[in-house]
Formats: sequence, structure tokens, C-alpha cells
Amino acid sequence: MEAYLYTALFAPLVGSLFAALFADRPKNLVTGIATSTLLFVSWISSVVLLIHVAHGEAVHVRMMDWIQAGGLSIPFGFVVDQVSATMMFVVTTVSTIVHIYSIGYMDHDRSFNRFFAWLSAFVFSMMVLVMSDNFAGLFIGWEGVGLCSWALIGFWYERDSASWAASEAFIMNRIADLGMLIGIFLVYWNFGSLQYDVVFAQAAGMDSTILMMVTAFLFIGAMGKSAQFPLHTWLADAMEGPTPVSALIHAATMVTAGVYLVIRANPLYGEVPEVSLFVASLGAFVAIFAASMALVNRDLKRIIAYSTLSQLGYMFVAAGLGAYWIALFHLMTHAFFKALLFLGAGNVMHAMDDELDIFKMGGLAKKMKWTMIMMVIASLALAGIYPFAGFFSKDKILEAAFATDHYILWTTLWVTAGLTAFYSFRLIMLVFFGEERYKIFGYHPHEAYKYMLWAMAPLAVLSVIAGFFEHDFLHMVSAILPVEEYHLSGGTFWTLVAVTLGIAVTGIAVAVVVYSRGGFSKKLEDTFVYKLLFNQYYIPKIYDEYICKPYAELSKIFWKDLDLKVVDATVDFIAGTIYKSGMVSRVVQSGNLSNMLRWMGVGLLVLLIAAIFYSPMR
Amino acid sequence: MFEAIAFYLFSAVTIVMFTITVMSKNALYSMSALAAGMIMISGFFFLLGADFLGVVQIIVYTGAVMALYAFGMMFFNTTRLVEEKVRAPKLVFLLSGLSALLLVIAFTAPIVSDHIEAIYPVVDGVENPQAIGIVLFTKYLVPFEVAAVMLLVAMIAGIILAGKKMDESLTLKVDADDEFQKKGSK
Amino acid sequence: MITLSHYLIVSAILFCIGLVGVYRRKNLLLLLFSTEILLNAVNIGFAAVSKFYGDLTGQLFAFFIIAVAASEVAVGLGLFIVWYKRRGTLDVDSMQSMHG
Repeated sequence: MEAYLYTALFAPLVGSLFAALFADRPKNLVTGIATSTLLFVSWISSVVLLIHVAHGEAVHVRMMDWIQAGGLSIPFGFVVDQVSATMMFVVTTVSTIVHIYSIGYMDHDRSFNRFFAWLSAFVFSMMVLVMSDNFAGLFIGWEGVGLCSWALIGFWYERDSASWAASEAFIMNRIADLGMLIGIFLVYWNFGSLQYDVVFAQAAGMDSTILMMVTAFLFIGAMGKSAQFPLHTWLADAMEGPTPVSALIHAATMVTAGVYLVIRANPLYGEVPEVSLFVASLGAFVAIFAASMALVNRDLKRIIAYSTLSQLGYMFVAAGLGAYWIALFHLMTHAFFKALLFLGAGNVMHAMDDELDIFKMGGLAKKMKWTMIMMVIASLALAGIYPFAGFFSKDKILEAAFATDHYILWTTLWVTAGLTAFYSFRLIMLVFFGEERYKIFGYHPHEAYKYMLWAMAPLAVLSVIAGFFEHDFLHMVSAILPVEEYHLSGGTFWTLVAVTLGIAVTGIAVAVVVYSRGGFSKKLEDTFVYKLLFNQYYIPKIYDEYICKPYAELSKIFWKDLDLKVVDATVDFIAGTIYKSGMVSRVVQSGNLSNMLRWMGVGLLVLLIAAIFYSPMR
Repeated sequence: MFEAIAFYLFSAVTIVMFTITVMSKNALYSMSALAAGMIMISGFFFLLGADFLGVVQIIVYTGAVMALYAFGMMFFNTTRLVEEKVRAPKLVFLLSGLSALLLVIAFTAPIVSDHIEAIYPVVDGVENPQAIGIVLFTKYLVPFEVAAVMLLVAMIAGIILAGKKMDESLTLKVDADDEFQKKGSK
Repeated sequence: MITLSHYLIVSAILFCIGLVGVYRRKNLLLLLFSTEILLNAVNIGFAAVSKFYGDLTGQLFAFFIIAVAASEVAVGLGLFIVWYKRRGTLDVDSMQSMHG
């Protein structure tokens, strides 16, 4: 099994390095095919490992020692257990599909090769993140995906907005990573090790204050990576990157790393209900907060990005309530349908010459039948309609919230479910149905390449059927994750399902009815609520106004007053003094014999003084 | 008593002579005073019992070196007044005076001589030139020979440098040197 | 009674007279005179130390110094001749080519 493990881990790295060799060359189809093939190999290995761990023991290897210093011992160790095998399956599945899809999507891009180098590098980092058996390795992967994310958001770096968004994402993540790093230090400080098994074994006996600090700081890291409030702004801006990147990194894999961290550290979070409740509350807040912003946005990709944010909130609710397996399950199903949604959006963008405003589209269903079908499937899954994947996982989360008597959380999530259904189908209606507004703007949409559609097909299938594996999944992960049975009476259970389904269907129905008649009246756009939502609660502005600008001002003060007047001045003064003393003492080297003899006399005098005062004869 | 009188006499004359040497504007006076000073110094040597050194001093300095200087002066046409612009004359005396003061302080201070032992003691009953000869041709044979070679080299060098026909090879670099001078004087 | 100190002090005074010459003389030939004074001043010191410690080393040192001085005069005068042929002067200031 070790061979499979190493194959799964290093195949993407090999692909990345291979593609990187051609990074500055013109497009070379081989790079795309090679990386995709290697990813496929990695996928096969992951599937083999998944089957293996589903039936048996976890695979644990220790590749080599990394840091051995005093009491600190950090090996490069990898573990494939039920959780990481699930993550590996998700990551390799989505990334293989995205790679193949990208061959078509990036067809005309001049940095084709560079794209694949970074994309595969990302997959490698993600694999390190999920497979590591200690916090340090996790952190390496964590930073690796951050770096790749930065490079891929800013892939079209010649655009100011793209490089700005890349830097924003990077900086936001660094802020959060500081928290994570402190958390890791605290873990080492108090537990004496960074190995998961060692740390978790001691979790029960640990002082609760320490555990609270550890979990809180680790969660700060998770908040940054999973774009939770208040560090959420970067995710929407990250949509500047190529759409396959959004599908892979900013929907399916990287942003779920925060959820993965909480799931992975469940023995710690399980010990501190306060922090867990905070996690759940924040998740619920972000769910409805992001969904509300998605309601009015006009940008195709941003809407999906907000829905990602919202769904991440769901996952955190599940994790915070102790239903870790549900969080992981939702993570998996979400990865499938959200990646599908993004790839569909990519097709639409291609067809519309990178136009993103959904109000300039409409009626594309005729031209892009298959894309439409797949996006509808994904949206149904997102909305949580039976029998699509999202139904099972989302329903479970609501059930968990209800069963643990967190009615406020439940209500929030329930409302969010309705909003989700509404904005998903608002998008579908505006893009694929209704008036063909694109003709006014002179676009000539066309369906994407066949193989791109075929590449997306597995995701569509998974979005439909993944939910039915719920029981097998539960059986598998129950080996390492705590599973609580919720005892709801049959009547309550079915009522809950019906209510949830009801609001989802209502949301869809409202969206379909309203937008098939041409949408809401324009008056609505003048209301305060609309403006508030459309401007993302003015949060970016607030950040800009109260954090960035004062910081810039402060930096200016430091630059002009501190750096120029103190630091630079000091350095200049030293340099100037030396220069001036050189100018003055230059006269000594006149080349005049008489002067030189006199200087010799001065030296003699000095030596005489020294000889008299430090005479050994005394 | 005799020694004290002789010492003070020689000291006074030597100091005066050398002062004339360094202060006089007339090169001829300078040279004459220097020669006189040299002879007075040989007087010190006789006083100190270093007879051989005293004789060598008279022969080498007053005889050979002074003759060389005399020829040199004739050659350089410096027999008359020498015009010199002395910059910061006060500094000269300050530096020299301070040096003198410090040296005098150093020498008047009591010298601890316990640990000084004679390596080549003066043998009683042997005349000074003989003793010098014994040490010079035993312990100092190699330095003596080196000194001899050095004198030979100096002689050859002197001949080559001053020789008339030889300066052709030396003047090869004159042009470059002159240009350098012009550049420097700009 | 004349002691070692007397001789050494005379030696020091003569040496400093030599220094005055070295500092103030501009004519190369006269500068060379001053260096002779320096050498002779030191010779007195050597001879005196030799006498008062009963050791011949001092005298031999003085002896070698005389040899060096003789060589120096020979070479020095030769160099002066070359220089004089080129520049027609023996002024030290005329040798300055750097500006400082």
C-alpha cells in the first residue's frame, strides 16, 4: 500500500515539475496531457487506498526525518486513514477532471504550460496537507496551497485587478496563518509533539483553558483558509483567476482545508464545547450572510463564490455541533456539485467571451444544452433537492442542528436553504432562459468542446448519486470519527425533511416564476436592503476605509518620518561622516615628501608616548 | 674630571654644529658644520673607549662621505644660498621639541638594568680594536660579509646611476613620466 | 661623574636636531645631511650602552650603521644625480605629483 501512497502523493509533483520545464515556452499540449495523466494515476492510487482503508487498517508511513532538534522531532510522515482517504479521493477526482477540462478551457492562453505547472503543484500541496500525520506537515501543505492559490488567482498578472486579488487572498491568508502558527506552537508547547496521534491521545487530560486557546487559534487559521467572516472578502475577489482554478481551489478543495482541519482535530474540539459552539454559530452566520449577498449579485462567478462561502458555513455548523462525519460528507458532495457548477460557468464564460454579468445573458439554453443540463443538476444538488447529493448532506446538517436543540442555528440554516435555492435558480433562469439579451451586446455563444463536456460528466453523475453512499460512508468513517445517533421520532424526522424540502422548492419556484416574467421591478434596486446586499454589506469599503487607509497613512508616516528622517538619516549620516573624513584626510596623501616626513614624526611621537606610558620597564 | 669636561665640551660643540647644519641657509656652511659635528662625535667614541669606532667614524664620515657630499654639491650647484619655503615652522619645532622632551624623560627615568646581561663582554687586557676584530670575525662574520656585499652593491648602483652613458636606458621612461607630470600640474 | 643617562640625553638631543632638519629641509641634499645626523645620534647611544654594560654588541651595531650610511650616501647621491638631470632641481616639492 505504501507504493500507492507515494504514487498518489508524488505523481502531481512530477507532473508539475515536468510542466514547469516548459513554463516560458509557447503552448505545448504535452504538458496538459502529461499532468492530466499523472493526476489520473494519482486518482487510481487514491481509489485503491480508499478501498483499502474502507475495509482495513489505516496506512501510516514515515518517509524520513525532517527536523530533529533537541526534544523536537518532526518526521515527514504520511497517514492515510478514513478521513484523509476521503479527502484524497475528492481532491484527485476534482483535480483530474479540472485538469482535463482546462486543456480545453486554457486552449488559447499563451501561458498554457505555466498554468498546468501551478495547477499540479497545487494538487501536490493539497495532498501533503491532507496526508500529513502531523501539524507541521499540515502547515507545509497549508502554505503550499496558499502559494499556489496566489499564483493562480494572479495567473493573468497583467491585469491589475487579478494581481490585486491575488495579493489580497495571500495577505488575508497570512493573517490567519499567524493564528494557525500560534496554535501549532501552543500544541507543541503543551503536548510536546506535533504528531496527531500523540497529541490527540493526550487531549482528554489537558487543561481546558489550554485546549480552548489551541482550538481557537487553529480555528483562526481555518477561518482564513475557508474564508469565514471576517476574513471572507478574498474569496469573492479570487474569482479573478481562471475558472478551472475557481472550481478546483476556491470551491472544491483548498477552501475546505479549514473544515478538514477542524475535522482532523476533532478530539481537541470535542473537549471544548464553547469553541465548538462558536464554530457552529459563526458557520451559521456566514451561511446566511453569504447567501444574502448572493441574492443580488450580478456577477456569474461571484454568485457561485458566495454560495461556496455559504456552504462552508454549513460545514462548520456540522463540525461545530460535533457531527464531524456530516461535515466531511457535505464537504465531499459539495466539492462535486460546486466544481460542476464552476465548470459550467466556465463554459458560459467561454461562450460569452468572458462576460460575467448575468443580466447580459439569457436564453443560452438553446445554444448550450448540455452545459445547461449539468448546471441545473448542480444547482438542484446545491439547493438540496431529492435525490441529488446535496439533499442528503444538507438535510443531515439540519437534522443535527435540530436534534441537538440548537433551534436558532436550525432556523438560520433553514432560511439559508431557501435563499440558496432561490439564488441558484435565479442564476439558472437569468443565464439559460428568458429573453436572449446577449444579442443586444453582440455575442455569439457556442457550446464548449465535446471532451470538456465529457470531462464534466463524472461530476454530474457524482452530484446525482453521491448522496446514496451515505450509509457506506458513515460506516467507513465511524472507525475514527465520533458518530452520534440522533433520536428523533419518525414523525419529527419526516416533518423536518418535508419542511426543508419545502423551502428549497419554494425558493426554486419563486425564482423560476419571477425571472421567467422578467424579474423584479427596478424599484427594488433603490431600496436600502438591496444596496446593502449589493455592496456586500459595505464590508470591503469598511476594510478599505478603516484598515487599509489608516494603515497606508501609518506606513506613510513611518516612511517619511521614521524611515527617511531617522533610519535613512542615520545611515546617511554615517556614510556622510566617513565620506567627509575621507575628504578631509585625503590631504594627508599629498605625495609631498616633507609632509609625509612630518606625519612620520607624528607617528613617532605617538609611539614614544605609548612606549613611556606602557613601558615594560616600570 | 677630565672625562666630564671633555663630555660637556664635545656635547656643546656637536649640538651647535648640528644646529648650524639644519638651520643654515648656506649649503656650504651646512656641510662644513656637519663635518665638524662628525669629528666631535668621534670624540665621544674615544671617550667611551671605542677607539676603533672612532677611527672608522673619522675615516668613513669625515673622509669618504663628506667628500662625496662635496662633489655632490658641486654637481648640483648648491654651493650658494639654498632657497627653501618652510611651511609651518612652528610645527617643526613643536614636533621635534616634544620628541626630545619625551626621549629625555624616558632616559632620565631610572633604568632597571638587572636583567641586562652582556652577551659579548669586553675582555680585560685586550685592546678595543682587537676585541672588535675577535667578535666581528667570529660571531658577526655573516653580517660583516653581508655588509661588504651591500657596500659593493651600493658602489655599483652609484656608478650606474651617476654614470654618463648609462642614463640612456633610464631616460626611456622620461616621456611618460613627463606627461604624468604635466597632468599632475594642471 | 658622567653616566649612561648623560650620553643618552645627548644622543636624544642630537637626534631631535636631526628631526628638525628632516622636517624643515626642502633640498634633498640637505635632507640627506639631516639623516646623517640622525644616524650619528643613534651611534652615540649604541656606543654608550656598549660601554656601560660592557658588551661589544653596541659598538658592532654602530659599526654596521656606519656601513649602511655609507651605502645610503652612495646610492642616494646617484639617484639625486638622475633626478637632477631630469628636473634641474632638488626641491622636494617638485616631486609632488599627487594633489591630495
